[in-house]
Amino acid sequence: MSEPMVKAERVHKRFGRLEVLKGISLEVAPSEVMCLLGPSGSGKSTFLRCINHLENIDGGRLWVAGGLVGYRFANNKLYELRDSEIATSRAQIGMVFQRFNLFPHMTAIENVTEAPIRVKKVPKAKAMERGRELLERVGLEDKIDEYPNRLSGGQQQRVAIARAMAMEPKLMLFDEVTSALDPELVKEVLDVMRQLAGEGMTMIVVTHEVGFAREVADKVVFMDAGVVVEEGAPAQVLDSPREERTKRFLGLVLEH
Amino acid sequence: MAGSLGATDEVTAAEPAGEIRAVPVRHPGRWLAAVIVLILVVALVHSAATNSRFQWSVVGDYLFTTEVLNGLVLTLELTAVSMGIGIILGVVLALMRLSPNPVLRSTSWFYIWLLRGTPVLVQILFWNFIAAVYPTIDLGVPFGPSFVHLDANTFITPFVAAMLALGLNEGAYMSEIVRAGIISVDEGQHDAAHALGMTRMQTMRRIVLPQAMRVIIPPTGNETISMLKTTSLVAFVALNDLLYVVTLIYSRTYQQVPLLIVASIWYLVATSVLSVGQYYIERYYGRGSTREQAPTLLQRIRAGLIPRHAEVPLPPEAPRMPEEHR
Repeated sequence: MSEPMVKAERVHKRFGRLEVLKGISLEVAPSEVMCLLGPSGSGKSTFLRCINHLENIDGGRLWVAGGLVGYRFANNKLYELRDSEIATSRAQIGMVFQRFNLFPHMTAIENVTEAPIRVKKVPKAKAMERGRELLERVGLEDKIDEYPNRLSGGQQQRVAIARAMAMEPKLMLFDEVTSALDPELVKEVLDVMRQLAGEGMTMIVVTHEVGFAREVADKVVFMDAGVVVEEGAPAQVLDSPREERTKRFLGLVLEH
Repeated sequence: MAGSLGATDEVTAAEPAGEIRAVPVRHPGRWLAAVIVLILVVALVHSAATNSRFQWSVVGDYLFTTEVLNGLVLTLELTAVSMGIGIILGVVLALMRLSPNPVLRSTSWFYIWLLRGTPVLVQILFWNFIAAVYPTIDLGVPFGPSFVHLDANTFITPFVAAMLALGLNEGAYMSEIVRAGIISVDEGQHDAAHALGMTRMQTMRRIVLPQAMRVIIPPTGNETISMLKTTSLVAFVALNDLLYVVTLIYSRTYQQVPLLIVASIWYLVATSVLSVGQYYIERYYGRGSTREQAPTLLQRIRAGLIPRHAEVPLPPEAPRMPEEHR
């Protein structure tokens, strides 16, 4: 059994007096696709943001690819990482957001090549070539020089996925990436994600798309009120949940 | 219901496809207002042109004299240098204000409080008399050895005093403008840049500041135009700027009004040039924020002169929505 890509041990997170994560423990193996389900406010997105240290955790331990997130352990002590060290460790984790967050002052290709050129110091010509390949793979070869506001939501989100992929991450985080999309645009984004999963990318997907979770996920985790309520294979969690809370939530989601 | 359907049929019958042709609504009120305003304007221009006491020929005589032109150059130099200092200082102070370091934050706050809270004229005079408080200026390690030794009386000339006063004062105002611009950029942009592995500095330089520019440029243009006119205060330290030069001339010739018009004409010319510059800078930083690139000034003037129904060589106005989704 190889080392897990992500390992969380009793992760706690507070915003002021509000405890958002109350001891999350879970593991994601390399090439595994894990879907995080749960009602809004259950802490799924916060947990995702902790994984690449956009939020720092208040308790517990969190490892990505064997390294502690945000800290270095030496001489029996934890040392906070510097800004530049955190940046370096983030570069191996791709993240896609609910509201796309493309850089509006850059064209699609500039969005995709910015981080490889600035962070990884890839030569510009090489980054452009790779960027074009990636945009082609998400089906946007004819939108390369378009600014984000000339693209539909689905196209913007596909650029965002290409942008994250350009850093050649070991792990991809998806934070409700289809929630801001019109229903007819959801499929084109899910298709790209399906393709990524098929290529063996390790993915953690916060989503409300139960169908996608059933089809693509290796593991489904149901969270509520800052704790993991239930986890297991999609068929088990989604079709014959053990916990009452999971049943109630799935009933509500599948009803409409 | 049937009636309205009939009406629709009539229109479609008369005009199967394309443009709508309809009799426009008349606006007699607009015409009346325009005529009244035009009459007033003509009367004003006529009185200015025919009143011999404006001495327009004197205006012409002095407009291009070396003395006046030298004054104009000094005014422009002072504006450029002071704004340069102001903008750089403004960015630094804004970043300090937004820094997690409480010492930097409060120092920046104090600086802004002090320099915004006292008249700029007082600051100009203060810098001019700085030699009274600091006869010598030493550059080096604080409380340690000094590398450069300057005599304040010779180093702080009136020009340097004016430049420092105006620039340092402007920095306080610019920092608030820059800060507003930075705050206006969506939090998600920071998240996205950080998630890609960019450091805080890279995020600021490559992602946040370019977007903040859209908010920063218009008030900065305002500040520059305001600075151009504020430089006239340097007359108090006997610097030969545009305004001081004309006052010197009319103190000899007693032709106050025409010489003040000379100065005003040059101030107007300079602000006009600055406004055009601002338009193009805004256009540059507006890329990606509107669906179509804004027209150049020439295109705009052409569009305004050519009648509305004529063919105007402009990019199409209507936003082109992306039609296909794979």
